[in-house]
Amino acid sequence: MTTRIVEVRAGILKKNDELARDLRRRFESAGVFVVNLVSSPGTGKTAFLEHTLSYLLAHGRRAAAIVGDLETDNDARRLARSGAPVRQVNTHGRCHLEAENIGAELGAFGLTDLDYLFIENVGNLVCPSSYDLGEALRVVLLSVTEGEDKPLKYPTMFNSADVAIITKIDLAAACEFDAAAAHRAINDVRPGMRILELSAKTGQGMDAWYALLDDARRARHP
Amino acid sequence: MHELSIATSIVDVAMETVDRLNASRVSAVNLRIGRLAGVDADALRFSFDVVTQGTRLEGAALAIAELPVVAFCDRCDRDVELPAANFMHCPLCDQVTGIIRQGKELEIASLEIDE
Repeated sequence: MTTRIVEVRAGILKKNDELARDLRRRFESAGVFVVNLVSSPGTGKTAFLEHTLSYLLAHGRRAAAIVGDLETDNDARRLARSGAPVRQVNTHGRCHLEAENIGAELGAFGLTDLDYLFIENVGNLVCPSSYDLGEALRVVLLSVTEGEDKPLKYPTMFNSADVAIITKIDLAAACEFDAAAAHRAINDVRPGMRILELSAKTGQGMDAWYALLDDARRARHP
Repeated sequence: MHELSIATSIVDVAMETVDRLNASRVSAVNLRIGRLAGVDADALRFSFDVVTQGTRLEGAALAIAELPVVAFCDRCDRDVELPAANFMHCPLCDQVTGIIRQGKELEIASLEIDE
């Protein structure tokens, strides 16, 4: 019996990455723009997504959503109020969605009939950062109630996302939210990151989000 | 707590090499994990011990090379090691630097196998 060292040089998450690459190819050729929404629990992803879906449908765009939670289909029910097709994934304990979860739900949609597919990840600012879901855009959300230094505590997630959105801006005064400090924190951890501030509830700032979505989609599918 | 998922993935990827080489046992797994990968080494070791039971990796030593964040500073015109993962400024000249050269790695570098 001999012992030897064998070079492997493989990503630990190689299987997820391969599945995600396949998904990305499928999405590209179907012309559907996919967005992965990540945040802590309670940031307001569902309300934000429900308003986004309603807006898109009202403006003649075709959109659908996949939402992940450990348990319950509460979020899927809320999102379905927009009129968009929605699928709920229950992980029963796993703290993040993986590419495999997304692939399993795609049969419910006609991808070529969609302009947008939103993925609302499990509320968690840690684990989802490692898992590529084949998305075109990853958005990290944080609310004014979570503290301006939040980005500094989660560098991995902020470095894995493309855009940061500060939510519940209608509560900023009540929380004595220091927007400049929050922007500084985001820029310290991810220089030059695009930052939006908005309220799904009042509609403030949502136009900039819709424009960003539209621009991002057009850049991929002119 | 996704270190358990990560540990399971390590076994999956390692087993590809084990099966390909028809190895009887793995005595060590060498990982490279960047500081920005978001994985805790201790939690990973614990999870690894759990998921390798009953596999050809059972008892394997887990060696983790923890890689610091390295960014490129265009003012200094060189790669610089950042002392913190959440402050993307050059430690030499304080210029903001968003160009990450190292730090996100989550890899199996090599295996020590018994044939």
